[in-house]
Amino acid sequence: MIDFIIGPFQYSFMLRALIVSALVGLLLPMVGAYIITRGRAFMSDALAHSIVVPVAVASLLGFTSYVTAVPGGIAIALLMGYLSRHTGISDDTSIGVVFAGMFAIGLIILSISVDVNPERAINIEDLLLGQVLGVTRTDVLVSLVLTVAVAAGIFLFHRHLVFTTFDPLGARVVGIKTTVVEYVLLALLALVIVIGLSAAGIVLVMAMLVIPSAAAYLLARRFTGVILIGAAIGVVSAVAGLYLSFYANWPSGPAMACVAAAIFGVATLHKRAFPVKSVE
Amino acid sequence: MNNEPGVTVTDLTVERDGFRALVNVNFHIGPGNLVGVLGPNGAGKSTLFGAIAGVLPIARGTVELHGTKDRAGALAYVPQRDSINLRFPATVYDVVMMGRYCHLGLFRFAGRKDREIVRTCLERVGLWERRDALIEENSGGQRQRVFIARALAQDARIVLLDEAFSGVDVGAQEGIIEVLQSLRDEGRVVMLATHDLTNLAQRFDQIICINRHICAYGPPEEAFNPEVLEELYGSHGLVMAHSHMGGETHIETHMHND
Repeated sequence: MIDFIIGPFQYSFMLRALIVSALVGLLLPMVGAYIITRGRAFMSDALAHSIVVPVAVASLLGFTSYVTAVPGGIAIALLMGYLSRHTGISDDTSIGVVFAGMFAIGLIILSISVDVNPERAINIEDLLLGQVLGVTRTDVLVSLVLTVAVAAGIFLFHRHLVFTTFDPLGARVVGIKTTVVEYVLLALLALVIVIGLSAAGIVLVMAMLVIPSAAAYLLARRFTGVILIGAAIGVVSAVAGLYLSFYANWPSGPAMACVAAAIFGVATLHKRAFPVKSVE
Repeated sequence: MNNEPGVTVTDLTVERDGFRALVNVNFHIGPGNLVGVLGPNGAGKSTLFGAIAGVLPIARGTVELHGTKDRAGALAYVPQRDSINLRFPATVYDVVMMGRYCHLGLFRFAGRKDREIVRTCLERVGLWERRDALIEENSGGQRQRVFIARALAQDARIVLLDEAFSGVDVGAQEGIIEVLQSLRDEGRVVMLATHDLTNLAQRFDQIICINRHICAYGPPEEAFNPEVLEELYGSHGLVMAHSHMGGETHIETHMHND
């Protein structure tokens, strides 16, 4: 049993994968708690798919993907936030347009990069589904730096995010710049998605963002509980997914998402068994 | 600028989506007044509050709070039920603590003084015992008292309550009015918007009747008359009984949807 647990970590690539998986499991649900309580899950999915553009550009130019993914991801997140406020069409429609358009452009650039820069071209299946066993030392270092940045952002803006999520109008009246807070959250979202790409992939990064937080929402009474329990569920899901990826040779993204979904199922049953009673 | 304490609205015009939601609104409310803002749905009550609170752009005119256009810390807003995210897992205590956020800034966290203020405010509205209840676990009347406690924690001199009686039973409305009267007695300006004051009109010091412009402004017995109520609710929509009994004004408004 002990060999089953610690055996994989005699390989350095598994240690790197463990660090990145733990960071993904910790961070994505922390930001996800704000996302699900604000009803922004679709925007998260759209942003994850749109980040394929800067990643593909890095592949085309032969850069490490973070060079373009971090600033590009933040820029796309802010663009989505702007468009959802200013196009005059519904939120989900404007996000859907950006989502589909960016993803299509990204896939085209990726296919071009295979011809132009074949030795640096990104495997599209790894990009879509994640391949945490292939993370490099650079991936680990960048993930750690981004984790510190996201943690600092959450620490500084937690109160403002809470107030604007619960009562956006009341927050504006007391002088909180709600638009700035929204853009800060979108920037944090872009950063955690970039961190999550290597482990969960573009298609399933939203799973790690939303499912652990949603399960925690069912279990916790207070918002801080949603954050902390979500992070715990996220770490368990990510590490369990890592084992499944190692032993069963599953893609890491789907493996992590399956574990998280199973925990969500248990949380749903628990909620049905012990519902919160409302006065009204 | 007139430097008068209270709320001064001068020639206020507000446009929303190219439509003039408020036109040439003028009034002054001095400190220590409990004011009911009455008008039908779509009359511009929330627009008026939005303009006073500084969250809606003003097309023309001015809004001055205590003689200045600076709203920082001066004003608390109790929003409509629909604009609150009731699925957000916040306790009664958490919500009242939000009133302290504007005093904390980005780098300071709530300290003992803030916690004591929150406790005092919750005790004042009679909800300290329910501090750990989720906001969604409270009745409509209890929620309104939670938001009034938040306004107290913010230490605002002007309190706006938008459709505060929506979803609140008559008994709970009485309780809310009593808390608001105590705020009024401390010299605060308290404005409460509603589309139906039923028999609580006499509990207010002043009534503003609004239907995109000011139809009437004054004490309840002066503000209400058949012409004003017809202007508010239309000749087919209103049955009004306005009688003076024992020195009290008794007013009933009933809306018909035909």
